[in-house]
Amino acid sequence: MRLSGADIIVRTIIEQGTKTVFGYPGGQIINVYDSLYKYQDELRHVLCAHEQGAAHAADGYARATGEVGVVIATSGPGATNLVTGIATAYLDSVPLVAITGNVPSYQLGTDSFQEIDITGITLPITKHNYVVGSAEELADTIREAYKLALSDRPGPVLVDVPKDIQIAQCEYEPLSPVCADQKKPAKDVRIEQAAACINLSHMPYVYFGGGLINSDAEEELLDLAEKIDAPIGCSFMGISGVPTDHPRFLGMQGMHGHYASSMAMHQADCIIALGVRFNDRVTGNRERFATRSQIVHIDIDGAELSKNVSPAHALRGDLKLTLQKLLPLLEPKEHPKWQSAIDQLKNDERWSMDRRDGMTPRNVLLALNRYTGGKLPVATDVGQHQMWAAQTCVFSEKRRFISSGGLGTMGFGMGAAMGAQLATGQRTVLVTGDGSFGMCLNELATAVHERIPLVILLLNNGVLGMVRQWQTLFFDKHYSNTVLDRATDFVALSKAFGADGVRVTDLDGLDSALSTAFKSDGPYLIECIIDKDEFVLPMLPPGGSMDDIITKVGG
Amino acid sequence: MNSFTLAVLVRNQFGVLNRVTSMFRRRRFNITSLSVSVTESDVKSRITITADGGGREKDQLIDQLYKLPVVVSIAEIKAEDCVLAELLLLKVQNKPELRSDIHAAAEAFGAKIVDYTRDSVVLQMVGNARNIDAFIEVMQDYTVLEICRTGVISLERGAMTIEKKAEIY
Repeated sequence: MRLSGADIIVRTIIEQGTKTVFGYPGGQIINVYDSLYKYQDELRHVLCAHEQGAAHAADGYARATGEVGVVIATSGPGATNLVTGIATAYLDSVPLVAITGNVPSYQLGTDSFQEIDITGITLPITKHNYVVGSAEELADTIREAYKLALSDRPGPVLVDVPKDIQIAQCEYEPLSPVCADQKKPAKDVRIEQAAACINLSHMPYVYFGGGLINSDAEEELLDLAEKIDAPIGCSFMGISGVPTDHPRFLGMQGMHGHYASSMAMHQADCIIALGVRFNDRVTGNRERFATRSQIVHIDIDGAELSKNVSPAHALRGDLKLTLQKLLPLLEPKEHPKWQSAIDQLKNDERWSMDRRDGMTPRNVLLALNRYTGGKLPVATDVGQHQMWAAQTCVFSEKRRFISSGGLGTMGFGMGAAMGAQLATGQRTVLVTGDGSFGMCLNELATAVHERIPLVILLLNNGVLGMVRQWQTLFFDKHYSNTVLDRATDFVALSKAFGADGVRVTDLDGLDSALSTAFKSDGPYLIECIIDKDEFVLPMLPPGGSMDDIITKVGG
Repeated sequence: MNSFTLAVLVRNQFGVLNRVTSMFRRRRFNITSLSVSVTESDVKSRITITADGGGREKDQLIDQLYKLPVVVSIAEIKAEDCVLAELLLLKVQNKPELRSDIHAAAEAFGAKIVDYTRDSVVLQMVGNARNIDAFIEVMQDYTVLEICRTGVISLERGAMTIEKKAEIY
C-alpha cells in the first residue's frame, strides 16, 4: 500500500508490536501526529508535559518490560529536551527508540527555525543514529533501530526524519517484528578455563548486574550459586534480578551497598561477575579492589572486559547461554568455613542495623514494602532516597526496580514511573525526594490526565540530602546551596494538578496514607517529613576501599 | 612509548569519520595518525589509525570500534608483515647559498622536488613515519615554511585481505 512517510513511521511502530508511545508534538513532527490521530485505535500516544518526561517514560516502559520504549519529539528544542532521557537510557543499557522530526532536507544546514543537528548531539549517547534520506528507507531504518536497540547490549537509537520525508509517499509492506541478533555463548576454551578457576575456589562470590536481567539468566545464576555454594551480591542495576529474600542473596554492594555483600566480595578468592561493568561506585579505589580474588568476568559487551578491571578470565558472550555451558563443568562444592564467615558478616550487618523508631527513611520504606509485597514496580529519582530504596525495598519479580543508575538523573522518576505503570498495568510507586521531584514534577499533569495509579512517596527533608551528606563528611559542613528552604506546599501543589495528597509526620499517619494511596484511582502524593541529617549508610568514601567503610556518623 | 596501527573497514556513509573520531575523543584514545581513503569497494572506506598504548588500550580500542554499527572489520597492522607508507610535502625557503645543501638532504632521504621557485622548494617524500620524522628533523636547519603529511596507510603483504582475516577471527 502507498503511504506517506509519517504513516509509515506509525505503521512500523505498530508493526513492531509497540502498544504505547510517549511524546510531544511540534511543527516539524506535525505530520506524524496527524498519523497518530489516524491510527489512535492501534497505538496509544501519551502526551507528556515535557519531552524529557516523555523520554523517561519510554525508558521506564522499556525497563519494566525489556521491550523497546518509543519517544517522539519535534525538531530543535523538542529534540534537545530528549538528550538527558537518551543519555540516561544509554548509561543503563535500556532499549529506546527516539524519533525526531527535523526541518525539510533542503533546509538542513541552514540554521532554519527550530533546526538542530540532533544526530551530532546524540552521537556519544546513542548506540547509533540516523538521518533518514528518503521515504523508501524509512520503514527499514525504524526496523533496524528496533533491532539495534534490542541486540547484544541494549541501548538507545535515534531516528531523525526531515519533514519532506514525512510528507513523501511510497510503498509500505508490513513485516513481522524484528528480533534481537542471535545470542552466542562465550568460546568453549574460555568457559573451560573459567570453570577450572572456579573449581579451585574456596570462597567464591557471585556478583551480577543489569546484564543478568537483560539475559533472563536468573535461573542459571541461582543454579550456579547453589552448585558452588556461593553467596550472591548485585550491583545497583541488578536490583530485583533475584528475589530479595533469597537465602543466598546478600544484597547490593558498592558505595552504599549492604555491609555483608560488600565485605564478602572484598574477602572472596574468586568473583564470578555476570553482566556488570565494575563502575567506580562499585570498586572505589581500583588499586585496592578485591586484591585477594581472581575475577571471572562474563559480559555480552567485550569492551567491558578490559575497561575497568583486568579479570583473570574474560568471557564475551550471552550470560544465559554461557552459564548453561559452564554449569556442567563445575564440581558441586560445599564451603562450610566460607559460609560461616558469611553468616558472621550478616550478623555484623544485623547488629549495626538502624533500629530507631519513628519516621526514619528505613521505617517509611519498610511500611511501603507491606503494600507492594515485592510485586509492584518501584521507581525512584536520584539521591539519598534512591539509595535508601535500593537498600530497603523488597522485590520478588525482576524488572520492578526502575532507577537511573549510571547517569544518576534527578527528575527521572516521575516519567519513568508513568512508563512502568503503563507497561505493566500495575500500580506503581515513585520514591522521590523534594530535590528530585522539583525537577520534573510537571509530569504530575500527565499522570492526572491519564489517570495513572501512582503512589508518590516524597521523602521531604528540605535539603539536597546526598550532596549535604558529602558536605557533612568531606567539606566541613559547608552547606553550600543544599538547604532548599522553599515554601512549596507539596500537598497543595498535588491538588493544583488535580491529584490528591497528604502530608504525614508519623508512622501511623503514613500507614493510613498508604492505604488510601493504594486504593486511589490516579496519582496520590504522600509527603513524608524526615530529618535533614539522616545519612545513607554504610558509605564507602569515593576513591576509598572496604577498609575505609563508614558505618556510623557522629555519636 | 608503545604504539599500534589498525586498519578499519567502515561503511562508506555520510558522517562515518565523525562517528569513529567522536568515539576516540569520548573514550580519550590518543590517536597519533589517522587516514581515510576509498577502497576496492564503493560501499566501504578504509581508516588507518596509529594510537599510543599497549595491549590493553589496543583491545579496548578494537572492542569499542566493533560496537559502532558502521565498522565492518578491523585488522592489526604489524610492521613485519605489512607495507606501510606515508606521504610528506614540505615547503622550504630557497636561497642560493643553501640550494646544494637542501638538494643533498633531499637526495639522502629519497625526497623529490615537486615545485621549484626562486624563493621556495616543495619536497615530496614517501616513507615510513620514522624516516619522515628524521627528514623533517634534518630540514629544521633550513627555513621550513609549511609541512603537510598524510598519516600512515598500509596493506598486508601477500594475498591476505582484512576482510578474509576478519572471517578467520
